[in-house]
Amino acid sequence: MRELVGRPYHEIRPRLGKDLSVRELVDAYLENIARLDGQVRAYLTVSADQARAQARELDDRLARGEPLPPLAGVPVAVKDNLCTRGVRTTCGSRILEPFVPPYDATAVQRLREAGAVLLGKTNLDEFAMGSSTENSGFFATRNPWRLDHVPGGSSGGSAAAVAAGEALAALGSDTGGSIRQPASLCGVVGLKPTYGRVSRYGLVAFASSLDQIGPLSLDVRDCALVLQAICGRDPHDSTSVDLPVPDFVASLEAGVRGVRVGVPAEFFGEGLQPEVRQAVLEAVRVLEGLGARVEEVALPTLEYALPTYYLIACAEASSNLARYDGVAYGYRSPRAHDLYTLYARTRAEGFGPEVKRRIMLGTFALSEGYYEGFYKKAQQVRTLVRRDFDRCFQTVDVLATPTSPVAGFRLGERTADPLQMYLADVYTIPVNLAGLPGISVPCGFVEGLPVGLQLVGRPFEEATVLRVAYAYEQATEWHRHRCPLLRA
Amino acid sequence: MRITPEVVERVARLSRLELTEEERATFASQLSSILEYFARLDRLRTEGVEPTSHAIRVTNVFRPDEVTPSLPVEAVVAMAPQAHEGFVVVPRVLEAEE
Repeated sequence: MRELVGRPYHEIRPRLGKDLSVRELVDAYLENIARLDGQVRAYLTVSADQARAQARELDDRLARGEPLPPLAGVPVAVKDNLCTRGVRTTCGSRILEPFVPPYDATAVQRLREAGAVLLGKTNLDEFAMGSSTENSGFFATRNPWRLDHVPGGSSGGSAAAVAAGEALAALGSDTGGSIRQPASLCGVVGLKPTYGRVSRYGLVAFASSLDQIGPLSLDVRDCALVLQAICGRDPHDSTSVDLPVPDFVASLEAGVRGVRVGVPAEFFGEGLQPEVRQAVLEAVRVLEGLGARVEEVALPTLEYALPTYYLIACAEASSNLARYDGVAYGYRSPRAHDLYTLYARTRAEGFGPEVKRRIMLGTFALSEGYYEGFYKKAQQVRTLVRRDFDRCFQTVDVLATPTSPVAGFRLGERTADPLQMYLADVYTIPVNLAGLPGISVPCGFVEGLPVGLQLVGRPFEEATVLRVAYAYEQATEWHRHRCPLLRA
Repeated sequence: MRITPEVVERVARLSRLELTEEERATFASQLSSILEYFARLDRLRTEGVEPTSHAIRVTNVFRPDEVTPSLPVEAVVAMAPQAHEGFVVVPRVLEAEE
């Protein structure tokens, strides 16, 4: 059954209910997890029994002649900051290690309703704070392409699972690049939808004005299929918008003739690995060859986006994470003797160093005497970043940039210097500040490590982003490459 | 911007985080260099610029005032680190009267 693994769902689906059962497909993935996850370490929890039970139920429905739901039998992995009913949800943190949610996140529930089968929960940087998955409170995940390299983060487990054939698709969350950057480093497709497109109900909150849930997949068509299932208004999340959700798959093949692609010069400056620059510019030439009109645009606030993001994200995190107090759920320190030590020791023992650093940074930025200079200033610069994008989108339809400034880095290479780690997200962060949809698609390799092309669109124009990504993908072969580990 | 271990201690207290001596020193130096990098924001003039709190405009969202089912109390209390007869147990909050 090895031949099933690592093939996109749209190739597998026509066989379901004919020469292939959901159970066989799910078993093939569970076997591959058993074969490879000791090396990759993408999963925190594998829910094999539930997955098999769900597969049996789907096979029964197929046998009764019921129509196939859109994601029937897709073996999916879910980042462990999304609540899953009856399956432990740790958020990569010791403080939530014992937490078993009594409900499903809306995005998870919608996947289940669409027929997807949950294989398990994937590793992440603790509370989604990080760019390498090394900040997990449990262990580091490895890049399936080169095991001594990081998979990116914070959705590193989800990206590595898809790349290693340990899941056919996955959900991640993206606050400053946490879907797109690991997708780039692991050579898979990852999309962050527009802020408001997908309900965050049941997503453990990190920075509420930035967080979005989105899919990771082997190719753009699968990405569109999963996105379709999770979009739409949810009364449980007041920031989810009530806008019609277009048919993303239907518009994939419309091509790029006449589409205007903007290339912001600031994204190709200092700090960009030359080979990555070359691969991304070559990708732009491919789009031009397909009939797109390429022009240079300007995003002068790029250099201010990173500090703006960290001030806003940490401020929001310091408030969101106040709920981890050892009272109603999660870990509680055994060394508490009054209410203050219950809070302070539970949090001291439960949180890892990066989470503490960000809570401190956020609390500082919101504290008396510093609020105007830091937090409010950051919110004003956020307005300027958004205006830059608005100006670009007056003349172009999508922006093309590198997803990550480097193809990858080694485990341990950046852990000593938080600022160096933060720079890994320099090209993805502005997109979150402006709330725009963005995708990363594979566009080359550097020394065996994948490179990602980022495409960014206007608010709620995921369809355009997907269509351009699809045109590029179909004109190239990068998305067909599988890591040596999976082929072995 | 220079962050002293004393500032770190004050912020840690506000954050309800008990830090070790070593953590205080590490955070003081790391937060100093991070904030120093962030100071580049001062180069941008922002007088009169509206702050953005959300990328999309979110105003009050209302729903009809109707009772809908919520999680059962037992399921919620079952998540607590310590519970007793349907209540969450915490250390004493008020001083006992002699």
